[in-house]
Amino acid sequence: MAQKEFISNEEKQSVDFERIQNSSDFKAFLSKKRKFLVPMTIFFMVFYFLLPILTSYTSFLNSPAIGDISWVWIFAFSQFVMVWVLSSIYVKKAASFDKEAEQIVENHLN
Amino acid sequence: MDLTVVVLFLAIVLLTLVITYVAAKQTKSTGDFYTAGGGLTGWQNGLAISGDYLSAASFLGIAGMIALQGFDGFFYSIGFLIAYLVVLFLVAEPLRNLGKYTLADMINSRFDAKKVRGAAALSTITIVLFYMIAQLVGAGALIQLLFDIPYWIAVLIVGVMMTIYVLFGGMIATSWVQITKAVLLMAGMVIISFMVLMKFNFNIGAMFTEVKTATSHGGDYLNPGIKYTDPLGTISLMVALVLGTAGLPHILMRFFTVKDAKTARSSVIIATWTIGIFYILTLFLGFGAAIFVGESEILAANPGGNMAAPLLAKAIGGNILFALISAVAFATILAVVAGLVLSGASAFAHDIYGQIIKKGKITEREQMLAARYAALGVSVVSIILSLGAQYLNVAFLVSLAFCIAASANLPVILYTVYWKRFNTSGAVWGLLSGLISALVLVSISPSVFSPVEGAALFVGNPIFPLDNPALVSVPIGFIGGYLGTVLSKENDLKRYAEVAVRAHTGYKKAE
Repeated sequence: MAQKEFISNEEKQSVDFERIQNSSDFKAFLSKKRKFLVPMTIFFMVFYFLLPILTSYTSFLNSPAIGDISWVWIFAFSQFVMVWVLSSIYVKKAASFDKEAEQIVENHLN
Repeated sequence: MDLTVVVLFLAIVLLTLVITYVAAKQTKSTGDFYTAGGGLTGWQNGLAISGDYLSAASFLGIAGMIALQGFDGFFYSIGFLIAYLVVLFLVAEPLRNLGKYTLADMINSRFDAKKVRGAAALSTITIVLFYMIAQLVGAGALIQLLFDIPYWIAVLIVGVMMTIYVLFGGMIATSWVQITKAVLLMAGMVIISFMVLMKFNFNIGAMFTEVKTATSHGGDYLNPGIKYTDPLGTISLMVALVLGTAGLPHILMRFFTVKDAKTARSSVIIATWTIGIFYILTLFLGFGAAIFVGESEILAANPGGNMAAPLLAKAIGGNILFALISAVAFATILAVVAGLVLSGASAFAHDIYGQIIKKGKITEREQMLAARYAALGVSVVSIILSLGAQYLNVAFLVSLAFCIAASANLPVILYTVYWKRFNTSGAVWGLLSGLISALVLVSISPSVFSPVEGAALFVGNPIFPLDNPALVSVPIGFIGGYLGTVLSKENDLKRYAEVAVRAHTGYKKAE
């Protein structure tokens, strides 16, 4: 239920979030997450913007790849493949993050 | 209007009313009304996200653009899809962990400041209103074409239906209307694509070869550059598409309808699959229409190309398929506008009335009443505005909505979750600078001013060169948030500690 999300004042005071934030396991968890998310995000952004940049400033993608299907279409389709591959990788990775997050909650909050 | 069309049209109306009736009986609390009590499964929410996202503009607009402009139409499909990686990687889970009903809730999990909530609500309402007018005007014109009924009746039908869903069934009805629509839409797309492919013996290469000679563009049809000739304009559009989605209020609201971040994640995965398959299929619809309907006939039915998909259905499947696709288009419109009404209503009733005016001291009964009045208000205002906008060229409103979402909402969402130093004035500055720069730049852009009469809202020379100003306004939103933060002293590190822990671990309360 949505109502549960309200955290009462007493509870806010009783949980020392700064201590958790500064704890070594939370810090390690965050940096692990960051090491995964940042390069991935940079990768898909670059891959994505490469398409309009290449089509706007060059024309080599217009050369045929398979029959009448040119490279620009192959590149466009590869964007779809990238979305599905990256989201599958993300789900796998996130499952391990979930476990770690649970552990942190277990260690500090319960 | 022939009989099949009428029957299918009425069947959809009836089905959605039954859904609303059942949902109304389950809608007991404010949580039910805004977020279906957080009780949707990943699958249900994933389909509902697709139903919320794949608007008539995606279905009919992109099919038409591909049919008329070849590769350039496909840019939209790509941008709209990659946007979900941004949602998945950066936004969905922290948003679910921090927020309750609205975007403002999420940002305010860090600030508790009325001005931040007000600014977030303002940007939500602006986006919803613009997006809604664009949808309703488009819907009116479309239904006029599909069913041959006058514009104002068409707008009223859609308007009254969306009001009924939201007013009585809240998020539960809206979600199920969206799920139903997503299934119908996907089925329709698959049927048409299958029939198009069958004509080429399932040889995609042959379809590419055929389409090269099917249009007036010849071989250029398969190359980019027919519609988007200005490099910066193209890139700017792609910025708005990929970053705007992650800031659209009606999409963000969908993440509060699941119980936790894990379910939010799995719903994004379902959505990326359905939305991805959908956008791949837009290609078959577009090419199919170019080949089997032909450029001149598509243009004759509607200069924007919106009739390409229904006409293709008629050309390859006869009247029954045409009726089916028209009915699907109608369901598509209904599902999207219902989602918009709900997110607009939540900004008014929950953020502005409940939290700012009543300071959160509001009973359950009052909240519910406020939500329903707000839904009614949002509906009535947008119906009236849309009735008045019939003869205006409102195509720029959608790009404006995406642009505001990308420039005002997204920077602040990212800063809230990921930037330690971020503070109240940074949030207000970020929201307002993004919102105002998007509004101002669009209002002096070629999509509002064009020397050619009828090509844009007003006749005149545009001051700003880009149709879609995201390339400029998104950085302004980020810089606004940054400057607002560093130029003011206040900083609540303790509060950020809480937000960081909760956003990343999903911790809610000791159980």
